Amino acid sequence: MPPRRRAHAKAFGRRGPILVLVGLALAAGGCTYPTFGASHGADVQGQEIGKLYSGMFMAGLVVAAIVWGLIAWSVFRYRRKKHDNSIPRQFQEHIPLEITYTILPLVIVIIIFAFTVITENEVDAVSKRPAQTVDVTGYQWGWIFSYQNANGLTLRTQGAVRSFPAAKGYTADVYPQLVLPEGRPTKIVLRSADVVHEFYVHAFNFGRFAQPGVTNVFEFTPVQTGVFPAQCSEYCGLYHSEMLFSVRVVAYPRYESWLRYQEHHLNQIPKHYPLTQR
Amino acid sequence: MKAEGTVLLVIGAFFGVVAIVYWFWSGETSGTAMLTGAFLLGLLPGSYYLWWSRRMRPRPEDDPHAEREEGAGVVGAFPSSSIWPFVLGLSAASVGLALVFGSWTAIVGFVVAAAAVIGVIRESRRGGVV
Amino acid sequence: MTTLVTRPEAVVEPPEEAHGPSGLVKWITSTDHKVIGRSYTITAFLFFLVAGSMAIIIRTQLASPDNTIVSQHVYNELFTMHGSVMLYLFAGPFAFGGLANFIVPLQIGAPDMAFPRLNALSYWLYLSGGIIMLLGFVTTSGAADFGWVAYAPLSNSINTPGAGPDMWIVALVLTGFSAIFTGVNICATVFYLRAPGLTMFRMSIFTWNMLVTAILILIAFPVLTAALVMLWCDRHIGSHIFTVAGGGVPVLWQNLFWFFGHPEVYILALPYFGAVTDVLAVFSRKPVFGYKGMIFATIAIAALSTSVWAHHMFTTGTVLLPFFSIMSYLIAVPTGIKFFNWIGTMWRGSITFNTPMLFAVGFLVVFLFGGVTGIFLASPPVDFAMHDTYFVVAHFHEVLFGTVVFGGFSALTYWYPKYTGRMLNDFLGKISFWLMFIGFWVTFVPQYLLGEAGMPRRIAEYLPNMGWTTLNRVSTAGAYMLFLSVAVMLVNFVEAWRRPIPAGDNPWDAHTLEWATSSPPPHHNFYWIPPIRSERPVWDHYHPEHPVEREHPPRTGGDEVAAARSTARPDSRAQFGSAATARGSVNPEGPSHEPRAAGDPGDDHEGQS
Repeated sequence: MPPRRRAHAKAFGRRGPILVLVGLALAAGGCTYPTFGASHGADVQGQEIGKLYSGMFMAGLVVAAIVWGLIAWSVFRYRRKKHDNSIPRQFQEHIPLEITYTILPLVIVIIIFAFTVITENEVDAVSKRPAQTVDVTGYQWGWIFSYQNANGLTLRTQGAVRSFPAAKGYTADVYPQLVLPEGRPTKIVLRSADVVHEFYVHAFNFGRFAQPGVTNVFEFTPVQTGVFPAQCSEYCGLYHSEMLFSVRVVAYPRYESWLRYQEHHLNQIPKHYPLTQR
Repeated sequence: MKAEGTVLLVIGAFFGVVAIVYWFWSGETSGTAMLTGAFLLGLLPGSYYLWWSRRMRPRPEDDPHAEREEGAGVVGAFPSSSIWPFVLGLSAASVGLALVFGSWTAIVGFVVAAAAVIGVIRESRRGGVV
Repeated sequence: MTTLVTRPEAVVEPPEEAHGPSGLVKWITSTDHKVIGRSYTITAFLFFLVAGSMAIIIRTQLASPDNTIVSQHVYNELFTMHGSVMLYLFAGPFAFGGLANFIVPLQIGAPDMAFPRLNALSYWLYLSGGIIMLLGFVTTSGAADFGWVAYAPLSNSINTPGAGPDMWIVALVLTGFSAIFTGVNICATVFYLRAPGLTMFRMSIFTWNMLVTAILILIAFPVLTAALVMLWCDRHIGSHIFTVAGGGVPVLWQNLFWFFGHPEVYILALPYFGAVTDVLAVFSRKPVFGYKGMIFATIAIAALSTSVWAHHMFTTGTVLLPFFSIMSYLIAVPTGIKFFNWIGTMWRGSITFNTPMLFAVGFLVVFLFGGVTGIFLASPPVDFAMHDTYFVVAHFHEVLFGTVVFGGFSALTYWYPKYTGRMLNDFLGKISFWLMFIGFWVTFVPQYLLGEAGMPRRIAEYLPNMGWTTLNRVSTAGAYMLFLSVAVMLVNFVEAWRRPIPAGDNPWDAHTLEWATSSPPPHHNFYWIPPIRSERPVWDHYHPEHPVEREHPPRTGGDEVAAARSTARPDSRAQFGSAATARGSVNPEGPSHEPRAAGDPGDDHEGQS
């Protein structure tokens, strides 16, 4: 047994059966836990969510398997035999048993709730001095990303190069792209210009409504460079399916040079976006 | 009547508690208003039933040992057929369509609805013929 | 004609059939709960077929990336109307309009619903509302296309102009009133028209669940109606309740809508929980395990479900996350109690697997997984990751399809003999079940995986390089299987109609009062009612040697005690009189006796004037 796995086994032994239900994946840490197809998270916050999801999924599977087992047992064990017309015992209650299966789920959900609150607070935390603040505005049917740089200039970007991995017959550079520095917290200030949209980045395990009248603030700390496809996930009218964008995470020095480049070349975006609120 | 009243009161009381907790925790108005509404919805009929249950004999359906004979007799007057619900339903639908296509056409619906309401009331008074 | 209904004391001869109207006139004018219940069931089933066909088109569109079987606009209309028709016109009315109307008065030994004409009005409002909603397709703007949740400000007159959305609003108001009237009717019927001896804690679980559903309807539907009126005002008379520019608050719509919307989910689910409970008990030949626990669990679910509305709004960033999270989690507790009670009901039973039982067990299996994934989504962080993806779509389809279709088919096949007097073909029923059970997993497991892979809901097309194509194809194939399963069920209905197999009064050896009368029941339901000494009067009558075993027998339980008590105190005999005399009278002196109509067979007053 490799040392890493032995450590896991030790941790498991210490914390006992609760871990079977909830904490298995939380204790495991790193990228080794299974997510059953979901993203592990390409940023710090998303990884926390990925761990919570993985733990809950395993706990859920255990509970489901137990109950399915009970159903299967009663269905197969107690089917009526041929030519057997006897009537079974007509029992109806077993108070201690009933109390047990009231308390047990209660304990389970309270444990899950505790983990939920811990993760929730980590995910929702916004640092006081983020490396960068990006204003994101959703409109029908696109996104505007504006950056405040050190000189107090506002840089707006919309189109992007290579936002999606190229596919046959598709020009991938028509969708807007959000650029983020790796390893630094970036604060996102999210608004909507018209209807309700959802800023959803699957790789970050994160979605948040962009709504008229509400400003949502949250933070990403990416840990992985690359281009991640993303799109609006709240139905927002006719071309909802095409409200795609992407997130490009680059190393911090490249990010800084990108920002300088934007200042000189790409800030001539026309200002006539439909930004009036209605 | 006691069980009926208690069920409603328990549900109402739950919403009362939730409304208070929700108000002091979140301070959000719309939810508090709706929870208070739900609280009243349990409280009003629930306390009415309990109030009555103290003032009436237990009905045969409240008595676990009631015999069938106790329930024999007239249950109530039940119309077996009536055209007016149909007319009333159609008039409501036409008023609804008027709200889509031009409010003045609602007049037709209101006239028919008024006729149907009169019809229903007359039917009840007479004891009812279609 | 109005009939003064009397309740028979013992067996009376059936009177001659009254010569009422027949055919179309009968259908339009009838206020008999059985006719209305049947109409509701058939109408709701037709709406189910319509909305199901829309789902097939939707799935076909999604089978390939960038598919163009329908345009984006038509696709948006289709998923909006699929959701609206399924939720507002099929799932709810099928339960509280169809099943409750037909079964609840029979299960409590009542001659009809408490307000027969209000009942008929409910049906006509529902039917006209449904037709108006679907007629939206023939308007120039097309049907409503803002999703069944109609989030403001997408649903205002700027973003979705035209008559189609307005017709959607009007249709919902009409069906909403229909639901409210039915809710009032069910409450009044259960509270006032029970047979003697049928106390609240002897009602079947189905009737209990319908009562709780009716209370939930009364809490939830008025909020929806109010919200729709506000929306109409925003669209037509220039108010700004949901627009920022006019000082309004768009999020208010979501609060109002989900305050209706979440209880609505349980309005859809609870009736089928009740039906499944009855089915499991009957086909296991055992009483419902943990009967009272079941009732308290139902009430707890109803109460909690009205305080969790904002778990649909976790990603808005405007709601109190921990409060709604813990309340949502807590629903798992009473639901868990129900699950264990269902298993306890089957435990050590003697189970036969007729079609209703198969569908009931199928419900248990699929609903469990839907419930577990619901727990995931009750966690705000997980919801951030999964909200508005196909994970949510799969979750609520598993929950709703599990209850409404599996539970509904279980109920329909269980009570079909009572509805029509005919048996369904068990073999076809089993084929239908297995197609549905397999098709269900093939459809929705890929959707869970799609959601985990980040596919958002309500998109008409997706890029081929997202890696979603294969899973979507599998899901579409599953949807076709589901379609086939429903088709087999339809063939079954046609077969039963063409080659009737008489059912008899009590084909399943069942427990509750509806099986004491003939199939289908006569006008005003009962010529004879068995004595009611437990929640299983019909079982007690046919199997007097097998009563419920109680660990702690009630102090005055048992028939002997009851008989002794009633002979000792003949005064306790109350007249089951008209509402004004017996029920409401303040009579501290004690009851007025002289039981009426005792042994008077022809006492069916045709009080026509």
